[in-house]
Amino acid sequence: MFTRFFVALRDAKLPVSLSEYLTLLQAVKLGLADYSTENFYHLARGCLVKDERNFDKFDRVFGACFAGLESLFDAIEGEIPEEWLRSLGERLLSDEEKRVIEALGGWDKLMETLRQRLEDQKGRHAGGSKWIGTGGTSPFGADGYNPEGVRIGQAESRHRRAVKVWDRREFRNFDDTMELGTRTIKLALRRLRRWAREGAATELDLAGTIGATARNGGLLDLRMIPERHNKVKILLCLDVGGSMDDHIQICDELFSAARSEFKHLEHYYFHNCPYERLWRDNRRRDQAIDSWRMLNGYSADYKLVLVGDAAMSPYELMEPGGSVEHWNAEAGAVWLQRMLDHFPHAVWLNPTPESHWRYTQSTAIIRRMLGERMFPLTLAGLDLATRSLNH
Amino acid sequence: MKPFDGTASYIATPELKIAVNAALTLERPLLVKGEPGTGKTVLAHEIAKALGRPLIQWHIKSTTKAQQGLYEYDAVSRLRDSQLGDPRVLDIGNYILRGKLWEAFTAEAPPVLLIDEIDKADIEFPNDLLLELDRMEFYVYETRQTIRAEQRPLVVITSNNEKELPDAFLRRCFFHYIRFPDEATMERIIDVHFPKLRRDLLRESLTMFYELREVPGLKKKPSTSEMLDWLKLLVAEDLPPEALRTKDGKTEIPPLYGALLKNEQDIHLFERLAFMARRERS
Repeated sequence: MFTRFFVALRDAKLPVSLSEYLTLLQAVKLGLADYSTENFYHLARGCLVKDERNFDKFDRVFGACFAGLESLFDAIEGEIPEEWLRSLGERLLSDEEKRVIEALGGWDKLMETLRQRLEDQKGRHAGGSKWIGTGGTSPFGADGYNPEGVRIGQAESRHRRAVKVWDRREFRNFDDTMELGTRTIKLALRRLRRWAREGAATELDLAGTIGATARNGGLLDLRMIPERHNKVKILLCLDVGGSMDDHIQICDELFSAARSEFKHLEHYYFHNCPYERLWRDNRRRDQAIDSWRMLNGYSADYKLVLVGDAAMSPYELMEPGGSVEHWNAEAGAVWLQRMLDHFPHAVWLNPTPESHWRYTQSTAIIRRMLGERMFPLTLAGLDLATRSLNH
Repeated sequence: MKPFDGTASYIATPELKIAVNAALTLERPLLVKGEPGTGKTVLAHEIAKALGRPLIQWHIKSTTKAQQGLYEYDAVSRLRDSQLGDPRVLDIGNYILRGKLWEAFTAEAPPVLLIDEIDKADIEFPNDLLLELDRMEFYVYETRQTIRAEQRPLVVITSNNEKELPDAFLRRCFFHYIRFPDEATMERIIDVHFPKLRRDLLRESLTMFYELREVPGLKKKPSTSEMLDWLKLLVAEDLPPEALRTKDGKTEIPPLYGALLKNEQDIHLFERLAFMARRERS
């Protein structure tokens, strides 16, 4: 009876196996669910999902499968009330645009299309900034409603409704989609490994033991050495939003590969150019972190990897107050230089093709600041970047 | 079988009870994750207490090997004894040291086995225990005997997410993520630990505690166990609730903050925020 649910979980790319599903059935048969939906929800989650980052996906599938009428769309609509969206549309749309909407079949039809599109979307993008509505060409285009786009899926008005446990989606922050195609990136990153033998001596040093035993007149003299491990430290700073939306996938892949490859990996996000504030969350909805604090917090042996398209107006880089989103007292270039001074090992990875770089003034400036240590975000570029970081 | 229903000294949420009872009924290991200090390790202690079962603890370190949980063959002692002509050397069984799993499998009453902080060990560690935890048996090559659990122990495994655990391992576990308690649950937890705490002090300290957790950019957010430590200090010092809050200040640094903030960066950050708040007011 839950086969549809199981298949839906698999379709949502949750790593659920048949044996786990059988465990769940066994548990239900043993009466552990106690004939209550909420108990069943907790039981199913414990049996099938083994990583809290997948809880959010699970909640969505569970909601869609078991709430019947309360389908996927309702859960999301709960966050942006429809009236709100409607009134926003009434206010901002020109008559001509309203006619276009009429052509699509009016508001209800529009909502229906929106719902379908939400379902078509393969899970939420980890980048978080590619909400439906930033594209500009779809009926939910950014240009139609407001310059920022209708950002569907924000948390602000979540509390407006009494929602079910799974609809609360309290684990959305843990969702960090993606493990696809990262293997090749991992292999490229492997070059950054720095092996060191530090800490407690736990491995038998065979050669040393033989030598020492021989010197000891045949009486055993064991010699131990510490295990070797990777001691490289990486500080990853990623540009998110705006023109970086086109490169979300490759950045995600890089991030998730790096995350599993390095023990000492720290990450921050910025928009266009690092200024006096950085963010830990890629939606940059959390409280910003003082860049000074970031600089003080990490020693110079961290290797700095900046990821961004470096495409912005030169003012954003060179002038105080040039930032597109806030007033910055010091120019972006000052902050960038500060970071480069602090971290001698630094590279900039640029997802745009190398052939385009010379057409953008800001790219040229940043490239010069980094002393040509800007590389394309491709496997070949990553290869060059890791070599450069190792110098 | 007796179901687990929390204890007098441990507040278990309904989901946690479901998880523990599912693990008990299904006879599968219970994998517990959650922020540090939310009571993952304590859970095993409390389950053992509630069910009246003995607790066997295996604390994992970065150097722990899976084999150590089964048994170890002390070849070095045997080699030394052989050189000294000790008669014990003839029986290899004298040099087999039993591990925690062996202990748990052969215990008289089915125990609760706690494998604490499994993510501290090498990345292959969980894989090396797959079969042993699944079938609850293992083979001792040196003495050619099979150790099998007659009564399956309840295995509780905790992890702090320092390393990803392998899928094959996860598939065999029942999973529970202990969320940070909300204020109501926290109040009940504190009630259990400090039954005679003054209401006003409780209110003030809870508010202050949740405010502190909201402070952006803290390296380490204070946890439940730190909250309890802090309260213990407040009670010991017999501080009045007014001392927690200066009349106009929200971001004053709390008294006895050492129990809550554990590194100097966080304290600096907090002091700077307090300073900025004062400057804005003046």
